[in-house]
Amino acid sequence: MERVMMKGNEALAEGAIRAGCRFFFGYPITPQNEIPEYMARRMPEVNGVFLQAESEVSAINMIYGAGGAGGRALTSSSSPGISLKQEGISYLAGAQVPCVIVNVARGGPGLGGLGPSQSDYFQATKGGGHGDYHLIVYAPGTAQEMVDLIGLAFDKAEEYRNPVMILSDAIMGQMMEPVVLPEMREVTADQPWATTGKKGRAKPNVINSLGIVGEDLERINIELQEKYKKIVDNEIRYEADGIDDADLIVVAYGTTSRVARSALNMLRAEGKKVGLLRPITLWPFPKPILSELAAEGKRFLVVEMSVGQLVEDVILAVNDRAKVDFFGKLNGSVPTVREVYNEINALLQKGGA
Amino acid sequence: MQKVFGYPRALTSKRTHYCPGCTHGIVHRLVAEAIDDLGIQEQTIGIAPVGCAVLAYEYFDVDFQEAAHGRAPAVATGIKRVHPDAVVFSYQGDGDLASIGTAEIVHAAARGENITVIFINNTVYGMTGGQMAPTTLPGQKTTTSPYGRDTTKVGFPIRVSEMLATLDGPSYIERVSVHDPKHIIKAGRAIRKAFEMQIAGKGFSLVEVLSTCPTNWGLTPIKALERLKEQMIPYYPLGVFRSPEEVAEE
Ligand SMILES: Cc1ncc(C[n+]2csc(CCOP(=O)(O)OP(=O)(O)O)c2C)c(N)n1
Ligand code: SF4
Repeated sequence: MERVMMKGNEALAEGAIRAGCRFFFGYPITPQNEIPEYMARRMPEVNGVFLQAESEVSAINMIYGAGGAGGRALTSSSSPGISLKQEGISYLAGAQVPCVIVNVARGGPGLGGLGPSQSDYFQATKGGGHGDYHLIVYAPGTAQEMVDLIGLAFDKAEEYRNPVMILSDAIMGQMMEPVVLPEMREVTADQPWATTGKKGRAKPNVINSLGIVGEDLERINIELQEKYKKIVDNEIRYEADGIDDADLIVVAYGTTSRVARSALNMLRAEGKKVGLLRPITLWPFPKPILSELAAEGKRFLVVEMSVGQLVEDVILAVNDRAKVDFFGKLNGSVPTVREVYNEINALLQKGGA
Repeated sequence: MQKVFGYPRALTSKRTHYCPGCTHGIVHRLVAEAIDDLGIQEQTIGIAPVGCAVLAYEYFDVDFQEAAHGRAPAVATGIKRVHPDAVVFSYQGDGDLASIGTAEIVHAAARGENITVIFINNTVYGMTGGQMAPTTLPGQKTTTSPYGRDTTKVGFPIRVSEMLATLDGPSYIERVSVHDPKHIIKAGRAIRKAFEMQIAGKGFSLVEVLSTCPTNWGLTPIKALERLKEQMIPYYPLGVFRSPEEVAEE
């Protein structure tokens, strides 16, 4: 176990390598360039493949080929590039090809800005491309979690044969923090469904999302929904900090959860009963715990760098049983600790009204 | 007695959905025969396009991936990078390869990606009902060029083989036709050679096969073959545009 200082993006890249990822396909875009640049240096050292594709469209289709052939494959991009990948992501979900996709999100819409943003939440958690499908979406809150979650992401992608997304942002990607790197893992996972050449098999393996014959498509969708149910039942992850005695709970992930934690620490030092609920999986969403807390009479404040996307899931989970307030920052700016502190204080003073 | 002709092992016994007289079936057979001849059925991985050949994975008895429209060369790249010893081929129509998938084919060729591409040029979008393709001939009527392709408004057909042959990446590019038995035999040889190039690790190979679409051309299968010979070949001359010899000389 080594302890080193690393940028979030590089920690994620090294974490992927140590989790056995040997195939990276990507296209340059700020603020995620540290990932492909790290991979370009590192992959040759571990006999892996780094390939700069001609576009994000090609990169995600290379992932489809590599993942479908049984390789641990990773691509990373930032918001405009992730939009371009959506066609491929829908095919990956439909054909049930495991892979990991990283979005180091920046502000939009359109070309947007280079600063951090959480305005790709809907795109990440509600599908993004066409059809009824879901990605497993992890939202790391520290550089250490970049390392831990990328490893988990590959395991879960293969366990469920489902694409997994890591939703990061410009701050999470650029920030330097100490991380403990795990040992290098040998991945010898046997993927009996992968296209490897049919040697030793009577029937060819086919990677495919087409369902035009008879009731094929309905069958495919039923199978997908059964899988998603299993994921919802087993894969929810969140961090709860000081929620037991809290009257008000802040819900935030990634960068804003860090800002919120600082504000909450100040408030708790003053004796205020406040807590933090940080979703680690954005999909499946930690709905049961929120629902429980709502039933206990807690109230919520959602802090986001968007005009309000995560807040919709919180409102759905709470389902009118509790009050949900929202504090958002538009693309391009990050809420300060003082702003969040003031917001919570104001809400506490207003009381439950 | 030695068996000299039979059903290719690399084809399944499934009945194809191709229209009567369509040359997709002939090209499937040629690809399967090449796979049999080279003894590579167990290490071959195909990529099906979006187009009439979308169900190719039902007809070839080899591992397959079905790609999004035009993306087959990128999918092939991903597969080949994971299994460098596999024989990887994409099978693509002209809408798939020369319109929506131009970036993918050009860059796979430029990289010299060690894959084989079987490119079916039938001058129309077959599957969607006969719309204009990037390969539709000047003056040719299709459902979206009902007055004939007007080159002053929609430009000229793309000669894919010539265009890709300007790149340094490809090792072998040939245009063939399947309008009569003599040319079918030649086409089979080209396809086999393309696979041999890949097996020898020489890089990107592509065989453009001039084909017919009797259904959307509104012609009988025989008339369609005549049209191929008389109208397509003058615009799309047959021949080798990039050869192993040329590569060897470099
Ligand atoms: C993204 C996308 N756009 C359009 C289509 C519709 N579509 C299906 S097949 C096809 C054209 C196929 O023509 P071609 O590649 O020439 O093959 P052919 O059918 O003639 O063999 C199109 C446009 C699609 N499936 N996906
Ligand atoms: S529509 Fe044309 S290309 Fe498609 S199967 Fe029929 S004849 Fe062949």
